[in-house]
Amino acid sequence: MSDTHAQTVAFVRETQIPPAPPPATETGVIKWVRENLFSSWVNSILTILSIYFIVRGVIAVYPWFANGVWGTSDLATCRQILDGATGACFSVLQDRWRQMIFGIAYPDDQYWRPLLAFALLLVCVAPVLFSKLPRKLLILSALYPFLAYWLIWGGTIMIPIMVMVGFVAGYYAFTWAERASGFAAGLASFVVTASVVWFIGGLISGAMPGFIALQEVPSRDMGGFMLNMILGTICVSLSLPLGIVLALGRQSSMPIIKGICVVFIEFIRGVPLITLLFVANVVLAYFFPPGTNLDLILRVIIMITMFSAAYIAEVIRGGLAALPKGQYEAGDSLGLNYSQSMRLIILPQALKISIPGIVNVAVGLFKDTTLVSVISMFDLVGVLRGPILSSTAWTGIYWEAFGFAALLFFVVCYGISQYSQWLERQLRTDHR
Amino acid sequence: MSTISDPGAGNDGFRIGMLINDTRYRSYTFQFLALLALIFGIGYLISNLLANLAANGLNISWAFLGEPAGYDINQRPIEYTSQSTHARASIVGAINTLIVAFLACISATVLGIIAGVLRLSNNWIVSKLMSIYVEAFRNVPVLIWILIIFLAMSNAFPQPRDFRGDDPVASMWFDAVAFTNRGVYIPSFVNGEGSGIFWLVVLASIVGVFAYRRYARSLLYSTGRLLPTGWPSLAILIAPGLLAFFALGQPVSLQYPELRGFNFRDGIHLRLSLIALWFALAIYTGAFIAENVRAGIQAISKGQTEAAAALGMRPGRIMNLVILPQALRVIIPPLISQYLNITKNSSLAIAVGYMDITGTLGGITLNQTGRAIESILLLMLFYLIVSLSISAIMNVYNNSVKLKER
Amino acid sequence: MKKSVILGALTVAGLAAGAAGAATLDDVKARGTLNCGVTTGVPGFAEPDANGVWQGFDVAVCRAVAAAVLGDGNAVEFVPTTGKTRFTALASGEIDMLARNTTWTFSRDVDLKFEFTGVNYYDGQGFMVPKDLGVTSAKELDGATVCIQTGTTTELNLADFFRSNGISYEPVPIETGSEAVQLFTAGSCDVYTTDRSALAAQRANFANPDDYVVLPEVVSKEPLGPLVRHGDHEWGDIVRWTLNALITAEELGVTSDNISEMSMEAGNNPEINRLLGTEGTLGEMLGLDAEWAKRAIMVGGNYGEVFANNIGESTNIGLARGLNAQWTDGGLIYSPPFR
Repeated sequence: MSDTHAQTVAFVRETQIPPAPPPATETGVIKWVRENLFSSWVNSILTILSIYFIVRGVIAVYPWFANGVWGTSDLATCRQILDGATGACFSVLQDRWRQMIFGIAYPDDQYWRPLLAFALLLVCVAPVLFSKLPRKLLILSALYPFLAYWLIWGGTIMIPIMVMVGFVAGYYAFTWAERASGFAAGLASFVVTASVVWFIGGLISGAMPGFIALQEVPSRDMGGFMLNMILGTICVSLSLPLGIVLALGRQSSMPIIKGICVVFIEFIRGVPLITLLFVANVVLAYFFPPGTNLDLILRVIIMITMFSAAYIAEVIRGGLAALPKGQYEAGDSLGLNYSQSMRLIILPQALKISIPGIVNVAVGLFKDTTLVSVISMFDLVGVLRGPILSSTAWTGIYWEAFGFAALLFFVVCYGISQYSQWLERQLRTDHR
Repeated sequence: MSTISDPGAGNDGFRIGMLINDTRYRSYTFQFLALLALIFGIGYLISNLLANLAANGLNISWAFLGEPAGYDINQRPIEYTSQSTHARASIVGAINTLIVAFLACISATVLGIIAGVLRLSNNWIVSKLMSIYVEAFRNVPVLIWILIIFLAMSNAFPQPRDFRGDDPVASMWFDAVAFTNRGVYIPSFVNGEGSGIFWLVVLASIVGVFAYRRYARSLLYSTGRLLPTGWPSLAILIAPGLLAFFALGQPVSLQYPELRGFNFRDGIHLRLSLIALWFALAIYTGAFIAENVRAGIQAISKGQTEAAAALGMRPGRIMNLVILPQALRVIIPPLISQYLNITKNSSLAIAVGYMDITGTLGGITLNQTGRAIESILLLMLFYLIVSLSISAIMNVYNNSVKLKER
Repeated sequence: MKKSVILGALTVAGLAAGAAGAATLDDVKARGTLNCGVTTGVPGFAEPDANGVWQGFDVAVCRAVAAAVLGDGNAVEFVPTTGKTRFTALASGEIDMLARNTTWTFSRDVDLKFEFTGVNYYDGQGFMVPKDLGVTSAKELDGATVCIQTGTTTELNLADFFRSNGISYEPVPIETGSEAVQLFTAGSCDVYTTDRSALAAQRANFANPDDYVVLPEVVSKEPLGPLVRHGDHEWGDIVRWTLNALITAEELGVTSDNISEMSMEAGNNPEINRLLGTEGTLGEMLGLDAEWAKRAIMVGGNYGEVFANNIGESTNIGLARGLNAQWTDGGLIYSPPFR
């Protein structure tokens, strides 16, 4: 073909010209900006407005951070240093961080214990959260509650050991009795064996109070962010089994059991947590036998556990309902009885799909533990509103203190919710 | 033990063991035991309660509800003085709860829908800003937000005193709205003669707008004719009211707030506690609703958008006519629980001194009378009734928009 | 099920506080600590310092009782309570005594079944306003916005005062003292009302205290004192007479400086001897040992020293003795005789 060209037309190019670069508006940063920020006039307005607000925000907030004062021991000195300029008095954090994190009464020299418990929490909860880790590590998670109790509350190590021994003995009694004569018998023998072991264990640990003992810290001395963490962790882990039982009860075909569960769940979900805390604080004591007196923190744990169990039950009920009916029928056709088919077929699947929902409930619950400040417990918010902000040195400060509190909660809750989203992506099996 | 003895085969009748081993009877056994345990449990708690009350020389009595409350409430939707009864104080508190819950529900919904849609916007900076908003508010306890907003507003806004003088530090907006650190003062309506008719006309025109839009939609669905909805609705909304207003000789006038003495007088006073609580609940719950809206929109298959685009619809129309109506079905159930959350979280009013029912019945009344059990029981009953009513109403609405399945 | 198991375990572990039977004294001795209810933080009266150690005027009463009963002024668990929770905490036995500037009123004594064991501070409700408001009397406060700290008798007194004077006001109820102060100093309310002692204490913390004045009106009587449950009179006596011992010590000139010297041997003032246990068997009658009052006084000094160190004129709270001077100095502080 080329020779025809050569003879007929003089100016035909012999070689192809190299491709021209795309117009400047269609490449790189400019293209990105055009497409993402100024694609239409509405978008342009939104972009300009957003930039305006961001700039205004930065101008307003920057000097507050930049002029931040550290190292003073009260607000008056800090304001003197600032001398009228905009600036934060971060020294309140420096002065009172111990109270914000550990509460006002936890002994100073024992701070390593809750810190260690927290670090271990991260380690021991990992096998539960990440199914890729070896399953044997779950033993660590099972050991954790006892270890954490010993670390935080102190006392002799015999108490958690004995409680644990009770559980183990009960578990073996359960498997033995269940194989012999059914689930109900297994449950009964669990309760009996465990109680016997605990009774004996109580005698043993009562006899040797100094055996590998840490300094005892009464639960009243727990406070600050630590209290929020304790309440959140304990109540979520206690409410899981209770929530499963409630969810199964609500799905049950027995009208009375179903009725009890429905009334309980709907009642708890219908009232604010704060009224339940009022109950824990001012009413619950009247319902215990005369002469007994449970600690406030224990009463609060009972009420918050009931609260979160109702919400978790609803999440799990959603998981149960989402399973195809064939799974239930498969269990029946294999000749499994109720407890077997639940434990081996239904619950593992139902729980797996409810995990993201459960994590959401857990995050919500963790945030709601701040409400205990309303009933005069010194959690993070309580310790700020009470002793710190009304102290002689720090009256009149709030942005720094509450900002720090918000930051702590944000870090934890954002972390958990990122995990939940990751898990949702892992569990997603459809193709979109 | 899943083996079932066939009761028809043997003629040995009923044996005690069948209560445990026969599935027909076992459920009755369990239920009977559960019922027994429940009755005994409740009986035990009540006997403890009675014993404790007797030991402390206390009793359960509702007489305190009829006694004069003795304290004042600042926001009084119904008539109330310090000589009114505790029962009336509780009702005032209940209405205040409903007021703040209603306001917060509306604003949270609007905020949530805007933020949820903007978060999916293809404008990078806007969608990032919205994610920051959503994450920042979802991950911090609402109590902290309420306190921060309350304290920040009381420090940031000017005092009423600053409006005074020849060269005031602060001034009112259009001489009608004053933002102070005691709240916002807005003009109120003064109803003159014939105002009843005027308000009826306004009400009728609001109904008229909905009727017109309904008509326009049914016309669209049956004939495909697209009636304009924007300006006619506006006209229906405003024109009759304006006509009636001048025809009746301006029966309704505005009363502007005015600085007299220590405070602004006249006009409507939206108190700082109300605004802080309302605002905090709205933006906190708005962040959750934004997530629900985003999830709802993303749940609609992309094919729907593409199909609508293939039919030549504009993006705005696609959102309004194709995506949102379908997304709504996904959004409404979580929205109901968000409304319930707002109602329940409004009990945090106690942190900022807003006199809702937790502040009156569960707060000052409880403190002054010491009737803890009675007050808290009533308080829970109130929230239970409100929650159940909201779920009932919203469930009816949910059923009406639900996809009618085959 | 797991829940009840763990609760049981926790109970075994001693999380549960001791039983609240009739004999509070035995409980306290068995436990080794005194559970004392205080506020969540009122400067000068009860607040934890930067090290978490509770300090203040009310706290000193708790420490004195602990010293008298247990021999150690630090053997006290301070339980912070709010206006709402204090009475139930006491009634349910969570705390052994309440020393939380609580007003002695008829209904609390009779209807709520508590026993007030004396008065450690005679107070009255007052008003504080910014100086530049130009107000000199509470009766000029028509239409003012009033910040109230809730959970006390304050709301009722306020309503009564304004109603009887026929003037209107806008109440702003606030749960905690720190937030009330925030609002007041920011100008969100014109007036701040609570007990005059608390007004003075909180004013001392303001950035510029001189810009605020406390109005002369005292609209109520607020005798504040420690209280215990009805029914346990032995325990009530211990708390009552510990407080009286502090008061009597001041009257008799027994101070934390000279007490060890005075208690070495019986002196020539028989009442001092009986107080310090060098003569008579007063301690035994209370179910304590002879040196109970000596230990109570040694913790923080006598009533006058406690007052001066926590809220007196030399502290930045700066309260004058006023009504709280000894009866010999024209005040109301008066203890029945030790004999």
